[in-house]
Amino acid sequence: MQTYFIELSYLLASVLFILGLKGLSHPETAKRGMHLAEFGMLMAIIGTLMHHEIVSYTWILSGLVVGSIVGLAMGFWVPMTAMPQRTALSHAFGAFAAALVGVSEYYRHGGHVDKITMGALGFEVMLGALTTTGSLLAFAKLQGLVRGTPLTYKGQNIFNLALLAATVGIFIYLIAVPGSLPIFFVMVGLALIFGLLLVMPIGAADLTILMSLLNAYAGLATAATGFVLNNKVLIIAGTLDGFSGFILSILMCRAMNRSITNVLFGAFGSASSVESGDGRQGVMREVTLDDIAIQLAYAKQVVFVPGYGMATAQAQHAVRELANTLEKRGVTVKYGIHPVAGRMPGHMNVLLAEANVPYSSLYELEQINPEFPSTDVAVVIGANDVVNPDARDNPGSPIAGMPILEVDRSKSVVVLKRGQGKGFSGLENPLFFKDVTGMLYGDAKDTLTRMIQAVQQA
Amino acid sequence: MSTDTLITALYVFSLAAFLGYLVISRVPPLLHTPLMSATNAISGISLVGSIVTAGADYNTVSTILGFTAVVCSTTNVVGGFVITDRMLRMFKRKPTSKKEE
Repeated sequence: MQTYFIELSYLLASVLFILGLKGLSHPETAKRGMHLAEFGMLMAIIGTLMHHEIVSYTWILSGLVVGSIVGLAMGFWVPMTAMPQRTALSHAFGAFAAALVGVSEYYRHGGHVDKITMGALGFEVMLGALTTTGSLLAFAKLQGLVRGTPLTYKGQNIFNLALLAATVGIFIYLIAVPGSLPIFFVMVGLALIFGLLLVMPIGAADLTILMSLLNAYAGLATAATGFVLNNKVLIIAGTLDGFSGFILSILMCRAMNRSITNVLFGAFGSASSVESGDGRQGVMREVTLDDIAIQLAYAKQVVFVPGYGMATAQAQHAVRELANTLEKRGVTVKYGIHPVAGRMPGHMNVLLAEANVPYSSLYELEQINPEFPSTDVAVVIGANDVVNPDARDNPGSPIAGMPILEVDRSKSVVVLKRGQGKGFSGLENPLFFKDVTGMLYGDAKDTLTRMIQAVQQA
Repeated sequence: MSTDTLITALYVFSLAAFLGYLVISRVPPLLHTPLMSATNAISGISLVGSIVTAGADYNTVSTILGFTAVVCSTTNVVGGFVITDRMLRMFKRKPTSKKEE
């Protein structure tokens, strides 16, 4: 009877999870979908608490309480600009939980698990361990605790592959020889190290793809836990999470015209792999705030193109205020969002939504590109590679073929930039040297705030 | 684990993967960040595995590992759903003036 109730709660949870994700196909249905998923989760937890193997609730309840407090604190206080870091941490937590359950399963049987279970358990523990350390390093990079530049050394790929081969070798040994506890822990240790080595060479510009990949690994670790515990809802939820991560990885790779292998082994943006510009690109034209304010005030259509710089400057509210001021004057304002702008998929959309920009004003790459020729002013806020015309014009460029927002086709371009340096990828951006482009240096938020006043006076 | 159990599990895995592909490829780029935090919260369902490990009193090590896993998973479930809700509430359709809100 008890077992039926538990299984029924899991079945219900599985169905509600799928309905919940289906709701995410539109912003209007998304909230309701999430409530369904939340209800499903609650049912599954209540069902599990009736599990016949449970003899003591002390540790369960304290764990639930501690986790809820931490979760609520993170949920309510993490600012939207820090969403990539938060997500990296949650990948780490999810993967860590999976790895711990795996270790506990192996340990409590003294390593004597049958071959099939060991196969699943190995995947669970390896994926869990490498995702934990990999995500923590990604978190450190996003939070600025570690420099975002790729860390490379000679023979790195060969060393990493050798380490991976050793880990997999031990895994196969463990399937063949049960009860090898010390060797099992060596495998866990190697997987932990491998996670760090995997993320080390990945630069800040590629973190969007990395985040999606870690998402996939964390999900698959959960799915593997489901195989070990023979728990269907774990398999379903983990697989949904894993495939969501894979789909996002593929979409992000496509948006950068790169392959996943290239991201993992290419160490894009390292000083050695990128040739410096030939230095004959001309001069950047610095413009005054008042000039731009007048251009904006008398424009018919203005397109804002945000990048990670908008997030670091926390400038999304200032952007929205400037847009409001312009709209009051009858200017059409649109936003062009590149899929890889920011540090995680959809990052810019969330920030602008936070600043009360209606989602009907947010345009995807394909929708906004035909609009640029009829745009009077394109305002680039802390974006670089996603507007680099070299991707389209220069087949020799490291980012050749990457779809870009073609701001250079509009009548005038303003680039808000912190300083004259190159972006995260270390690439020269010919957009900055074009005749239509004017540069405004300084903190984006500060510049935009002063711009609002200037437009009001124009 | 018997071969039958494995085969059933593989069926579930394959169908879930197929279904996941269909459902998730329909999520617009607009909602990719909420998607990531939602799937993260959902895969926090590994909590049900951690709960049993923490409460079954197999041995001290398992209990400690289980407890830690419960904390991690619960953080993901609660934090993930709260943040997803918070984000989704921000997405608004029409340009509304502040009075209408």
